[in-house]
Amino acid sequence: MQGEQMESDVAIPRRQPIRWHIAVFLAPAVVIYTAIMILPLGGTLFLSFYKEVQGVEVFVGLDNFRTLFGNERWAADFWNALKNNVIFFIIHMLVQNPIGVALAALLSIPKLRFAGFYRTAIFLPTLLSFVIVGFIWKLILSPIWGVTPYLLSLVDLKFLFAPWLGKPGSALIAVSLISVWQYVGIPMMLIYAALLNIPDEVLEAAECDGITGWSQFWKIKLPLILPSIGIISILTFVGNFNAFDLIYTVQGALAGPDGSTDILGTLLYRTFFGFQLQLGDRTMGATIATVMFLIILAGVSLYLFGIQRRMRRYQF
Amino acid sequence: MANARISRTRLAFVHVALIVYMIIALFPVVLTIMNSFKTRNDIFRSPLTPPLPSTFSLTGYHTVLGQGDFIGYFENSLIVTVASIFCVLLFGAMAAFALSEYRFRGNLLMGLYLALGIMIPIRLGTIGILQEMVALNLVNTLVSLVLVYTAQGLPLAVFILSEFMRTVSDDLKSAGRIDGLSEYAIFFRLVLPLVRPAMATVAVFTMIPIWNDLWFPLILAPGEKTKTVTLGAQTFIGQFVTDWNAVLAALSLAIFPVLVLYVLFSRQLIRGITAGAVK
Amino acid sequence: MNRLIKTSLLAATMLSGLASVVHAEDATLTIESWRNDDLAIWKDKIIPAFEAKHPGIKINFTPMAPTEYNAALNAKLASGTAGDLISCRPFDASLELYNKGFLTDLSSLDGMGNFSPVAKSAWQTDDGKATFCVPMASVIHGFIYNKDAFDKLGLKPPKTEEEFFKVLDAIKKDGNYIPMAMGTKDLWEAATMGYQNIGPNYWHGEDGRKALIAGKEKLTDPQWVAPFKEIAKWKPYLGDGFEAQSYPDSQNLFTLGRAAIYPAGSWEISGFNTQAQFKMGAFRPPVAKDGDACYISDHTDIGMGMNAKTKYPEAAKTFLAWVASPEFAEIYANALPGFFSLNSTAVEMKDPLAQEFVSWRKDCKSTIRSTYQILSRGTPNLENETWTESANVINGTDTPEKAAEKLQKGLDGWYKPAK
Repeated sequence: MQGEQMESDVAIPRRQPIRWHIAVFLAPAVVIYTAIMILPLGGTLFLSFYKEVQGVEVFVGLDNFRTLFGNERWAADFWNALKNNVIFFIIHMLVQNPIGVALAALLSIPKLRFAGFYRTAIFLPTLLSFVIVGFIWKLILSPIWGVTPYLLSLVDLKFLFAPWLGKPGSALIAVSLISVWQYVGIPMMLIYAALLNIPDEVLEAAECDGITGWSQFWKIKLPLILPSIGIISILTFVGNFNAFDLIYTVQGALAGPDGSTDILGTLLYRTFFGFQLQLGDRTMGATIATVMFLIILAGVSLYLFGIQRRMRRYQF
Repeated sequence: MANARISRTRLAFVHVALIVYMIIALFPVVLTIMNSFKTRNDIFRSPLTPPLPSTFSLTGYHTVLGQGDFIGYFENSLIVTVASIFCVLLFGAMAAFALSEYRFRGNLLMGLYLALGIMIPIRLGTIGILQEMVALNLVNTLVSLVLVYTAQGLPLAVFILSEFMRTVSDDLKSAGRIDGLSEYAIFFRLVLPLVRPAMATVAVFTMIPIWNDLWFPLILAPGEKTKTVTLGAQTFIGQFVTDWNAVLAALSLAIFPVLVLYVLFSRQLIRGITAGAVK
Repeated sequence: MNRLIKTSLLAATMLSGLASVVHAEDATLTIESWRNDDLAIWKDKIIPAFEAKHPGIKINFTPMAPTEYNAALNAKLASGTAGDLISCRPFDASLELYNKGFLTDLSSLDGMGNFSPVAKSAWQTDDGKATFCVPMASVIHGFIYNKDAFDKLGLKPPKTEEEFFKVLDAIKKDGNYIPMAMGTKDLWEAATMGYQNIGPNYWHGEDGRKALIAGKEKLTDPQWVAPFKEIAKWKPYLGDGFEAQSYPDSQNLFTLGRAAIYPAGSWEISGFNTQAQFKMGAFRPPVAKDGDACYISDHTDIGMGMNAKTKYPEAAKTFLAWVASPEFAEIYANALPGFFSLNSTAVEMKDPLAQEFVSWRKDCKSTIRSTYQILSRGTPNLENETWTESANVINGTDTPEKAAEKLQKGLDGWYKPAK
């Protein structure tokens, strides 16, 4: 008898009481987020399985996806946008994030004078609306207004000047760099917060071992801020594959010249909401959105399951 | 010891590097503000000279300010932004705490679910959102904007905050539990103060897209009484696109409140960041 | 005496009190529009003129940026929060709104008879049975030039292509002015001010446009490639870095007196009048040989319709009937010189530049832009493609033949003309 009871105790583990506080902590966020974001967005993504025929939406299965990848024109537009988007992302990873980390490292030097001032000034562009950013940079790079040619002529480099935003070969790079200029504050701030979070004891211990300056950064600080670098990489990825505002403002909805600055976001908005005489095509738009969503989901999952799990975290 | 960490020449290099980048960051902004005070011909002829007595002009500002209630717009933007940031931070931190602190079935899935929102642009749900707001009778109210921005800001807030909450020491929380603190007290009294730097960062990140958003104010609250400052400024940019005086003035007016807001916030922000760093 | 005044004051107050009660039940109509440039004109001129005659109706003009208009309007209509009166883009954008039941059929509206079939065609169903917007204005293409510069260089406005390029050469040789202010950065300048501006002379206006729709002509035919060949020749006469020159850049170059010729749409007139410090003239797109028949692009651009869900259909119809009246035409055309009334009643215009533009209607045949009707219904969109290709041709990225071939191929992809 007793033996049996013991066995059943082992077989049926005691159930934990329901932890209501978890539900309380999650509820407000989940409710608002589900109602305002997930439901409307879900409704839109489902449209990718439909086609509008004479004002009525008809279920067509995967037909829209076949059109997107099978139709010569659609496929050409899509792959062009994806290619440009990858370039856009690479430029951000290679330029924006290293600069952001470097600036944060400089700013976090203890007792640095004017640090607050520098930080505010460098972060300022991040606060500006893309409407402003787009307009200002179009003016600055404009061959008509002559600001850039003049500045280049001061250092005898005027021959380098070209109407960058108007040339298919350079427009994408120029727009990417404008975007880098605007958003460099985000990695800077995140890394800055992470660097300040490193306890002084750790650094003092390192100094006692004679690790200072550069080697201190590489050997002590960098491993400690790796999780934050992970976050900024994934945020950059998500942000870049959702981007469209800046290109819309600087290069217009057709992302010219000759589609050379068209990224997935601009292709999506043009298709979904229409442009000029082109009417909004909600079902094809939803199809592109679904593909973009899958791309981003793949990237984020890779990060969440592959990288984030393996990353070593240090608790202070 | 701390003073000896960096030599003088090194320090000079650090300053030079920071100043150079600062110039890159500020130049376009300064250029805009400077030229907004010049006559149209001089904006064009000599964009790089500051306004001189002979070229000084306020025409642009007259044109812009004569056409809208900019102070009212500013108030609306401020209300919406502050209310949204508050909701995002509170609800976001609560959810992040639940995800990072407790092991429960579906934890990972819930994390992924809450992260979905950063993968699809919320604008695609416009029609659905607008229909909901019509049903709730919230069209042309600031509440509708606060709701949308809260939903929009939550995924990123949860994402960043849960990452930071994982670095909060378990010993501290265990000690709290042994002292008989409730889970709510542990969250509000022990954990929240420790993640203040991250909260401050999230606050800034949340603020930017809200302050600068054009789309939802246009769709949900385009009325004169609920217009935000970005929507107001956009009208001018569209309207006087050839009139550079007015365009530059409108741009400067749109930059100005952001500057003020940031300088105000930045105190809090830095206090938040340093408070977390002092151990 | 004193008492009398007091009594009459009292009576007046009571009356005005009554009046305000009546006013509380007034209809307030909201107009959706993309013309935020016109805000002041509506507020100061058009609305007061209407409200003076119709005290029971209040009008609220709420424009937004043109780039957001179509998308925002569609969302608002779909959820029932759009205004009572809707500014109509020409052709398919508005037709779709009508087909979805967002716009009311206005065929029987008072004053619709004031418009010719051509004027109404931009806002009709394909069979022409229902008209759903009141035509408001059209815009005409041509070239605006700096008269002072022409006088200084002893130049006369050109009539033929040959003269046109001679003038450009002379300006270029003189070196004081950029011959022509146009950029390719915004793409549409190249297509609208370039291709659609000079094109009708080559494809013979409506004849060519209709033949294209009927499938009897192709974009690769010589008369459709010729305009591309012409604008390709413009390249040397444009300003330095024209590839990155945007539309406002071009406007500023011209109004600041740095460029001599501006390929234009008539909508520029009011802006240029206030900004340019010199005398301006206009000439129409040059023809191949002196004496050739000429064609101009006289494009139906803006109309106004009624939201089918409006709470005040009667008041909205009253307003639209007024928009269709000669009185409105007179106010609108003079407040916005360059937006030409489509009303059959001739409007007296005071602006000399606007008079010049509209005078071409007498000598030349009018047509609308070739890509607007029917041909931009599918994907790829012919109008958008024309923007990209016109810019490509001027930039030298594509040859005229290659551009035409691309356009035709895109069109063939979805458009099957009725045989």
